[in-house]
Amino acid sequence: MNARDSILARVREALRGGSSSHPAESETQLADGPREVRPFLPKVPDDFAGQVALFAERSESLKTEFLSCADEAAASAQLQLLSDREGWESVAFPADSEIRGLLTGVSVGKLEVSRSTVKTDLEKVSAGITGCDALIAQTGSVLLTAKSGGGRALSVLPVHHVVVATYSQLVPDLPAAFELLEKKYAPNFPSFMTFITGPSRTGDIERVLVLGAHGPRKLTVILVESAGTNPSSIEQPPPS
Amino acid sequence: MASSASQFNADATRMVGDLGHRQMVQQSLSGYQKARSSNAGRFQDWESARSRAAATKDEAIRHLDRYLEQFEEKLIARGAKVFWANDATEARSYILDLARAKQAKAIVKSKTMVSEEIHLNEALEKAGFHVVESDLGEFIVQLRHEAPYHIVFPAMHLTRGQISDLFQQKLGAEATSDPEALTMTARRTLRQAYIAADMGITGANFAVAETGMISITENEGNARLTSALPKTHVVLLGIEKILPRLADLSFFLPMLATAGTGQQLTCYNSMVGGPRSAEEIDGPEEMHVVLLDNGRTRLLADAEQRDALRCIRCGACLNVCPIFRNVGGHAYGTTYQGPIGSVITPHLRGLQSWQHLSQASSLCGACTETCPVKIDLHHHLLQNRRNAVAEKASPFQQLGFRAFAFVVNRPGLFAFAVRAMKCFSPLQRLFNATPADPAWPWTKSRELPSFARKSFRDLWKQRTS
Ligand code: SF4
Repeated sequence: MNARDSILARVREALRGGSSSHPAESETQLADGPREVRPFLPKVPDDFAGQVALFAERSESLKTEFLSCADEAAASAQLQLLSDREGWESVAFPADSEIRGLLTGVSVGKLEVSRSTVKTDLEKVSAGITGCDALIAQTGSVLLTAKSGGGRALSVLPVHHVVVATYSQLVPDLPAAFELLEKKYAPNFPSFMTFITGPSRTGDIERVLVLGAHGPRKLTVILVESAGTNPSSIEQPPPS
Repeated sequence: MASSASQFNADATRMVGDLGHRQMVQQSLSGYQKARSSNAGRFQDWESARSRAAATKDEAIRHLDRYLEQFEEKLIARGAKVFWANDATEARSYILDLARAKQAKAIVKSKTMVSEEIHLNEALEKAGFHVVESDLGEFIVQLRHEAPYHIVFPAMHLTRGQISDLFQQKLGAEATSDPEALTMTARRTLRQAYIAADMGITGANFAVAETGMISITENEGNARLTSALPKTHVVLLGIEKILPRLADLSFFLPMLATAGTGQQLTCYNSMVGGPRSAEEIDGPEEMHVVLLDNGRTRLLADAEQRDALRCIRCGACLNVCPIFRNVGGHAYGTTYQGPIGSVITPHLRGLQSWQHLSQASSLCGACTETCPVKIDLHHHLLQNRRNAVAEKASPFQQLGFRAFAFVVNRPGLFAFAVRAMKCFSPLQRLFNATPADPAWPWTKSRELPSFARKSFRDLWKQRTS
């Protein structure tokens, strides 16, 4: 018998050996779906403006820089400002993405990431700029995948990660984020999907918080209010 | 007494005497405690979350065979390879053969306790492979040739001064007392390792059956780099990591973060479901998933303690445990320290050699109370004690209990024995806490309670007469 069969046989044998007395085990009916778990997860405001404000608040405590822009022109200007402030030499972004359009007027070296990009080149750029699949108000997280994030490395190898998102991408909570993933991709999920919650960090030395352990030291989220999807009154996020 | 037990006694005694060390551990953990309670407070109902998590894990365990098959099938469909390992030897030799076949010159690893469990690094290094631990804490203990101190905070026992000395010695770094500077030294060193590595090894916090994905939780980004850059990605995980549905992560991720580090969500929660697909830009060419049993089915067969397989290795039970806080992580001599380690190690590595850990407990129940998946930890410690005695009581224990039973079953004899002991107690006082004291094993480090002037039986008699 190969290991697979013998492990499965042992599992079946073990499970035949009587059910356990633990109370939780008898609760058999587990309805899935967000309706069941929302009531105990951290609370999220019902209104969109409240959700934007929560995302801004979470970002601040996570040390994510959160910038809100009226439109794409404003987002381009924001990128130029960032570039000047941080002294960017070059940025990398996924080939064939809208990011290229946003960077048209921005004076900085540009690397379009594709199959042929070498990892040492990617490591040297000043920032990686990507889109995303969603922003999660509840946790202040960015959800991105190999598809929306220009592969696996672009959002983690450069020292600064900039995410460009639209208002319509903001979802209230984690259950909504998983619903979105399933609707958008199932059954052909990208091979890599990740929730990014703040810049890389560690507390491994005397539990002192240090940013930029292995991933980006800085995370900037630029939220673009694109036409048609945004509600009228948006609370302004605190200045970064 | 087995050697692991006497080793434990010696190490625990030494550590308990080290006040500086104890203070340091208490201090690190008090920060955790604060962060954790404020984030558990964010949950609208932490208790319901615990029940839901426990029930979901139980569902996975109850149908473990089916879910494992589903997990495997989905992964294979997406181009990953799945290897099943009965034990540590099989898992090690699969990974070793793979490293040889790929002619891996450099291997980078992100934190995985299962690899500690199977002693993977030693095996790889002995075979001539260069392995680098990339999690900062693991990197530090690897440089010190030490085992991780804690399943979540591997280097929590070290001061910045010790780490600075270590980096000076091993990496030629400048002396510094700044944790940030130390972290940056590690970052620079490890960057080179990621770029050079041709094989990356990670663990997994969850294995989603529904979609055939592993989920990795981390703060540093090292697991992301490890699963992004090298050509071959190896995932090593225990068969108990299964979750039925992808959406189950919507509460397991924030619960793990809250219980583990006191964060609302850990910095990176990544789901990986195969090697790079045809249309993707980057990612490994191959993904190998090693599913390890290594004693887990033995635990599964124990209906009484099966719930220990729910464990998500958050480390919360260690953090609140008065024993852990005083003897520290290394004294356990196990891969998994603290209450959960004391519960499962006898199942994984033999009851007689490891039952002493279940004796080292005040049974205060803090672990059970804090556990996010409601494992009945302190009762399992008690059951381990019972099972150990039932399986093989020492002649001393047998004799002791037989004598005790003989006496307490005879009221007259019992009353006589109590009175006799009372008479002897002033005599004992003369030798109290000296090696001549018959109660020396107890009195050398504790007070012997003095006899009450009147026994319960005396009082009872007075009351009824
Ligand atoms: S037993 Fe519970 S508290 Fe301890 S590590 Fe496992 S899940 Fe966490």
